[in-house]
Amino acid sequence: MCGIVGLHRRDRNAPADLGARLATMLEALAERGPDSAGVGLYGDPVLTPPGTASVSVLTDGPDGPLEPAAVSAALTDLTSDAGPATATPVTAVVAGPTTVLSAATDPAALVTAVRRARPTAVVVGRGHELAVLKGAGDPRALVTAFDLPARTGWQGLGHTRMATESAVTSAHSHPFAIADDLCLVHNGSFANHATIRRSLIADGVRFDSDNDSEVAARFIAAHLAGGDDLTKALRRVCETFDGFFTLLVTTREEFAVVRDAIACKPALIAEAPGWVAMASEFSALATLPDLDDATIFEPEPEEVYVWSRRTT
Amino acid sequence: MVAPNDLTAERRPRTGTDPEAGPDPDTRLDLDLDLVGVRDANRALRALPAGRRARLTAPRGRHNLAVGLTAPVTVDIDGPAGYYAGGLGALATVTVHGPAGTGVGENLMSGTVRIRGNASQSAAASAHGGTVVVEGDASLRAGISLKGGTLVVAGNVGRYCGFMAQAGTILIGGNAGADLGDSLYEAVIYVAGRITSLGTDAQAEDLTEADVRRVRTLADAHGLTHLDPTAVTRVASARQLYHFSTHNAGRY
Repeated sequence: MCGIVGLHRRDRNAPADLGARLATMLEALAERGPDSAGVGLYGDPVLTPPGTASVSVLTDGPDGPLEPAAVSAALTDLTSDAGPATATPVTAVVAGPTTVLSAATDPAALVTAVRRARPTAVVVGRGHELAVLKGAGDPRALVTAFDLPARTGWQGLGHTRMATESAVTSAHSHPFAIADDLCLVHNGSFANHATIRRSLIADGVRFDSDNDSEVAARFIAAHLAGGDDLTKALRRVCETFDGFFTLLVTTREEFAVVRDAIACKPALIAEAPGWVAMASEFSALATLPDLDDATIFEPEPEEVYVWSRRTT
Repeated sequence: MVAPNDLTAERRPRTGTDPEAGPDPDTRLDLDLDLVGVRDANRALRALPAGRRARLTAPRGRHNLAVGLTAPVTVDIDGPAGYYAGGLGALATVTVHGPAGTGVGENLMSGTVRIRGNASQSAAASAHGGTVVVEGDASLRAGISLKGGTLVVAGNVGRYCGFMAQAGTILIGGNAGADLGDSLYEAVIYVAGRITSLGTDAQAEDLTEADVRRVRTLADAHGLTHLDPTAVTRVASARQLYHFSTHNAGRY
C-alpha cells in the first residue's frame, strides 16, 4: 500500500496555498504509507526562483550538509572549462532530508557541479520549476521538516510509502524525478522491473536505487527524450510493464494519471474548472475546501489522462 | 460521482411525531466523527437496541463506518464514506448519503446498505445475504464473489462486474463494462442497458417469467423506475469452467 496525492492548478495566478493543500492531503494518507514521504513542487519561488535551475539532493547521509559555496566553486570551475571563469552564486534551502540548490544556470550544469562538489550525491530532482523534498520517516514529521504548509507553487504531487519490494531509505522514497521537471509517484509494484531495468542499463541508463518505481521513471524519461509525448510514453508503460500500478506523472506543463489493466490500486480524480486533484482515497480529497466545484471520478484501467496548464 | 445529496430534508427536528426517528426519538444517537473515533462510534452503534436510529456526521471518507452491526437498527452516514461501509452487517439498514469507497457492504449477511451516490470498487463483494443498493454508478468488480446477497445498481457498473459470483442476484439499471460475469458460478446478472463484453464462461440467456418477476420486484422495491423488467438481459454461467482442467488452461 502507498498513498498518492496531486494538485494541478490550471491558472498561473493560482492561490499561494499549494503547500498547505498538499500537506493536508498527504497527512490524510499517512496511514497508507507510514515509512517515507515526499513531494514534488512546481513553481515555488523560494525553492526554484524564476530564472534559475534547481537541483534537489539528499543530504541526510553520512556526508552531511552540502555547502552551497562548494557547489558554486564547482560551477565556476565548470564555466571556466568553456571560457573565462564566471562566479555563479548558489543558494541552498535545507528541507529535512533534502537540500534544494538553485543557481542562474541550466539544470545539467548544476547537476554536474553538485556531482563535482560531492561525487556520492544522490540527486532526487532537477529542473527549472521542480523541487523534490523527500525522505524516510513518519509522513507527518516530514511534512513539518519540509515546511510544506509554507511552500507555494502551481502544481504539486506527493507520496506516502509502505515499502513492499525494496529498502526503506530516503533514496528509495518517492517521488522519482530523474529528468528536468519530470516527476513520478507510484502506488503498486511492478513484476518485470528487473527485465526492463537491464534493458535500460544496456542502453546506458544509470540508476540511483533498486526501487521498481525508479525503473518506470527512467523508462518514461527515456521515451520522452526519444521524442514521445507524455501520453505516448504512458501508453508504452501499459504495454511494457507488468504488475500493479497507479501512476501520477507531472512535467512543467502536464499532470497525468494512468492505471494498469486490473486497476486494483485506488485512484480518484477531482476535476474543477480551475484545478485538477488526484488522490488514492477520498479522505485526501475531502480536505480540499472547494471540492463542491469538482466532478469526481475514478480513472479507467489503461486509460491515459493528461491535463495541461493554460499557457496563455 | 453524483453531486452531494441535499441533506437538509433529512435533518428533521427530534420530535415525537417524526415517524422515522424510531420508537423513542429522543434517544436517536448522533455521533460526530470529528469528535468520536471510528472504533468508538462502531461500538456505540453495536450497542444500539433493535429499532433505534443513529446518524454519523462528518464521515469525510473515513473507513469501516457502521461495520459489523447485528441488530435491526437504522444508521445514516451523513456524507462520503471510505472503505467497507456497512460491511459484515446483519439485519441493519445503513444509508450512505454520498459516495462510498471500496468494498461497500462487503460480506453483508442480511439487512440493507444503500448508497445515495456512486460506489467505488468491489461493492457488495462476497455478500452472503441482504441487499446493497447503489443509486449512482458502481466502479470495477461490483458484486465480485457474491455469495447469495443482492446487488442493485441504478446506474452503470465498471469492468469485471460479478467476477466469480457464486450465488445471488445483481441488477444493473444502466450499462455494464467489459468482462461482465467472468467465471460466474450460480449468481445471475440482469442488465437493463448495454454490455460492453461478457467475461469468460458468461452467457446471455433467455428471460423467463420468473426472471421478469424477480427484476420487477427488485426494481419496484428500490426505485429503478426507468427500467423495463421484460427488456433486461439475463447473464449466467455457461458452466464450462466449473472445474479446473488443464485442457481449459488458456481460457481462465
